[in-house]
Parts: sequence; structure tokens; C-alpha cells
Amino acid sequence: MEMMRKERIDRGIKVRTEGLYAISSYREILYLLGPRLLLIVGILLLPLFLELVPYWKRVVNIMCVYALLALSFDFLANYVGLVCLGGAFFVGVGGYLSAIFNVYLGLPVYLSIPFAAMGGAIFCTALLLPCLPLRGVYFAIVTLMYPLFFTRVVEALNILGGTNGITGLDSLPNEYVEHYVIIIMTLIILFGMRRFVNQDIGLVLRGVKDNDQSVRASGINITYMKALAVFIASFVGCFGGAYIAHLYMWAGLSLFALDFSIIPIASVVIGGGGTLVGAVIGTFILVPLSEILRAFGTFRIVIYCAALTGFIVFKSEGLMVYLQRKYHQFERWVKI
Amino acid sequence: MSDAPFLSAKGISKSFGGLKALVDVSFEIQQGEIYGIIGPNGSGKTTLINCITGFIKPGAGRVYFKGKEITGWPAHKIAHIGISRTFQIMRPYYTLPAFKNLIIPLWSPRAKKTGGWRGGGKHGDRDTVAVDILEEIGFERDSRVPYKLASTLPTGYQKRLELARCIAMRPEIIFCDEVFSGLSMSEIAGMTPLIEKMKMEGITLIMVEHRLRELFRVADRVMALNFGEKIAEGLSSAVIEDKRVKEAYLGKEAV
Repeated sequence: MEMMRKERIDRGIKVRTEGLYAISSYREILYLLGPRLLLIVGILLLPLFLELVPYWKRVVNIMCVYALLALSFDFLANYVGLVCLGGAFFVGVGGYLSAIFNVYLGLPVYLSIPFAAMGGAIFCTALLLPCLPLRGVYFAIVTLMYPLFFTRVVEALNILGGTNGITGLDSLPNEYVEHYVIIIMTLIILFGMRRFVNQDIGLVLRGVKDNDQSVRASGINITYMKALAVFIASFVGCFGGAYIAHLYMWAGLSLFALDFSIIPIASVVIGGGGTLVGAVIGTFILVPLSEILRAFGTFRIVIYCAALTGFIVFKSEGLMVYLQRKYHQFERWVKI
Repeated sequence: MSDAPFLSAKGISKSFGGLKALVDVSFEIQQGEIYGIIGPNGSGKTTLINCITGFIKPGAGRVYFKGKEITGWPAHKIAHIGISRTFQIMRPYYTLPAFKNLIIPLWSPRAKKTGGWRGGGKHGDRDTVAVDILEEIGFERDSRVPYKLASTLPTGYQKRLELARCIAMRPEIIFCDEVFSGLSMSEIAGMTPLIEKMKMEGITLIMVEHRLRELFRVADRVMALNFGEKIAEGLSSAVIEDKRVKEAYLGKEAV
């Protein structure tokens, strides 16, 4: 009996585009630029297309915020080895800080958002610092705990507007600024992060994930490196939070809602961990999906969970890893 | 501090729960020598390295480097002052290509301080230096080996990669934790000249080994450990004839 085996081979065009020769013909250039342009132009044109269905325009903004959170989760989990369940923590801190800057201190919106992102990143990093030298699940637990902690603190002490939240934040100038602030930020963070993780400093962070003992033996303080990574991730998350607060013109306890922690993780699972772009694609599938399922009421959670379980069981590598493989390689049967 | 020994350990003790891994171990090492540490399994050799290089804190005792006390310093600080180590179980960065593995030590503050990461001229980059170092340690530059993923390399190359990671730091002392174990005779034959070359370059080497024959070829002095205690020290020919060393390796009945 003849035995057959499936073989996977790089496409010729992929090999040709690896070196400088890629720029020798338009086909190769298109092969390289095509997927990137599709994503960039697609996202940029999205608000214009959605003029037809105005309800969905709001969803784009939220989708991008979730994309930022998913990027920050993917970066920490797959490039630094820290499993961070703190999306809600980052959003809450960013949102409340932005509200404090804008309402209490009277800063205009174009200052309060960046200040909140920066201040929030420092604040979050400082609070997470004690558990950075530890290995294992402690970081995940602490990041999950902080949003619950702050919810109770705000409730119990009745500070920062208590259960009503802080109202009266300035809104962004107009609808298009609202869209494009967050869309462009998402694109910058996505491509910036992709570049960053392949820089020398990014390689050091990936080394921390691969094996931290070797990094220590190389004379590098891993706690410092982890703190740097958490700073970057929380900056991204806090920016999202600050933006949401201004979008709703309100900062309240629901900014600490666990949705902000869970949906990004689910998106990364669906999109494919470690690809960064997969995180964005994942949110662009999940968030609209949950919006469509809104009609089913609480039953949507069931459908949501079923979809997620299906993905984990049947395509645990994630959508983006699968697509990349199909794009770069082909399969054939060979005799053995 | 010329009269102080290069590296010295005084009365190092360490116990894990009830198990005494190290009991009052002391030794001194001169600059530029190759110092071997031998002993049966579980005699505390790796624990001793861990204590000195800061991966675990010694229970008691002091470590001095160039007359300066470094007891209990964190591992990265000890590596920073020039004491480097390899791991017995190889720990390359599996998801990175072999030459990218060296970016991490080349990025370290020590490499920045010594300027060791700069290759050709002012704008030389780390990738070039990394491939240079790998070539020095026996990776063929023009072959595909340095560009392969570290996880796909055979054991011999992974051991070399461990050494390369140390060399990239331009250390003064390298602790080699069983670099010969798990290698074939021909791989060892390729490795020994590297050790001798490092010695010629003035690097002090401390080698923990089970392969005694290979170790004695290169080592100047040897220390033997058994159940965490130092039982002999001196020239390799004298140590191997020592009664207590024979007992430790062969058992009391055989001696």
C-alpha cells in the first residue's frame, strides 16, 4: 500500500519577496503590500461606508477600543509572557483620570486624553510592580483583582462621583474626529508594536518570555524589562479608557466592567495569539457579532461561548495564523 | 586590591528544608586559571554555582570578587560585573534564530558599557557582532546553522550557543555547568580548543564536570564535593588519587 504524506511548501512568490528582489516587479510588491493595504484602507474607509447604517458607526469606535485592549493583551501574553487580565483596570484608570483632568482640572480634551494615558500608564505600572518579580499566575490574579478593588473603593468612599460617576466630560469635536482619533491610534499601535517586538529591545522582551533565567544571566534586570512592557501595554489600555470616557462624556463604574478584560482575550484566541494583527481582526469579528446577538438578550452569551469553544477546539491556532499559512504556503500530497 | 584573590568563597552553606546541599564550602580562584569542580550526582556542584552567581541566596557564607563582597547580589548585577554562567540544561531562546539569541546579552548594560556590541565602526550593529561571535565559537558563518531557530539545533550547537551567550558579555569569569555532558566524543574534541582559547584570552573558567578525563586535560586545579562538603582540592592527578574521592565515586567497599 502506498503511504502518502501531506507536505507544506512555501510559495515561490513568498521566497522571492524575502530579499531586496521583492521590489523588482509589481506582483511581488503587491504580494507584500496587499494584505497590509487591505487592512489599513479597509479600516480607514469603514466610517464612510457605515454612513449607510448610522447605528453601526458607534460600534466602530468601541471596536477599536477593544482592538487596542486586545493588542495590549497579545503583546504582554505572547511577547513578554505576562498573562494580563487587566483590560478593565486600564480602561477604568484611563477613563477616571481623563475625567479628573477634564472636569476637575479643566484641561481641554486634546490634553486630557494623552495626559490620562500617560498618567494612567505610570499609575498602573506602579500598582502592578510588586507582583512583577514573581513568576506564575500571580500577575494574572492581581490584574483581575484591581478593577474589582477600585469599583468597591469608589462605591464605598463615594469619591469621584460615587455610583453616579463623573459626568459632563467634553465630547470630541465631531463625529469624524471621534472615528479617526481611535482608528489612526489603533493602526499606529498595531504597526508600531509589530516593529517594536522585532527591534533588539523587543527581542529582549521575547527572551524574558522564552526563559527569564537566561536573561538574568545576561546581566539584564527582568523586573525592569517587565515593568517597561507593562507600561507600554497599560499606556495603550489607558488611552482606550480615556477615549471611551470622552466618547460617552461620562466616567463611571462600568468602565471597570470585566467585559474589557474578557472580550480582548477572546479576540486574541479567535484572531491568533502572537500575531498582533490577529488581535485586531479578532475584535472586528467578535464585537460586531456580540452587537448582532444583542437581539437575543442574555442568550447571546450562550452563542458567544459556543463560538469561542468551537474556535478553541477546532482552530486553536487562531484565524490569522491559519490565513497567513494559506497565503504563504501550499500543501500537496507526496509519497513516502 | 592586588593581593586579594580574584574570586573567593568562604564557608558557603545552603540547605533546602532538611537537606543540606552545601556545608561550609570555601575556595579561592586565581585570575586566568581553569578550576574544575567534580563530585557525584547530587553533591551540590550546581547549587554552588547558583549560590555564587546569585540565582539562589546562600544560607551562610560570603563571596568576594576582586576583594569586593558580592554575597546575595541579584543575578543580573553579578553578571553585570563580569561573572557569567552557562546552564546545565540548555536554555536558549527557542523561538529566536541562533544569532538573534545573542542580541539579548549584546543588549545588556554590560555590553553597552564595554562597547562590546559595536562591530564594524561606529554604526556597526548587533546582528553583525552576533554572527562574528557565533563564528568564533564554531558556527559556520556561510552555512545556514546560525540562522536556524535555536530549537532546531542539535545538542552540541546548543551547548556552544550557551557559551556564546556568555562570551558576548565579555566576562572575566565563566562558570561552565557541564558543557561536556551529553556530547559525543567528536563534539567534545571540537569543544576543548574553545575552552583553551578562552583561557588564552585571559578568561577565568570554573568548570563543573562529570566527564573527568576531558576535564583533567584542561583543568589546572580541581575541587571535589560530596554531599555538599569539600573533600579534596588540588592538582587533578592528586585529587583523583585521594581516598575520599575514590570512596565518593566508587563506594567504600570498592576502595
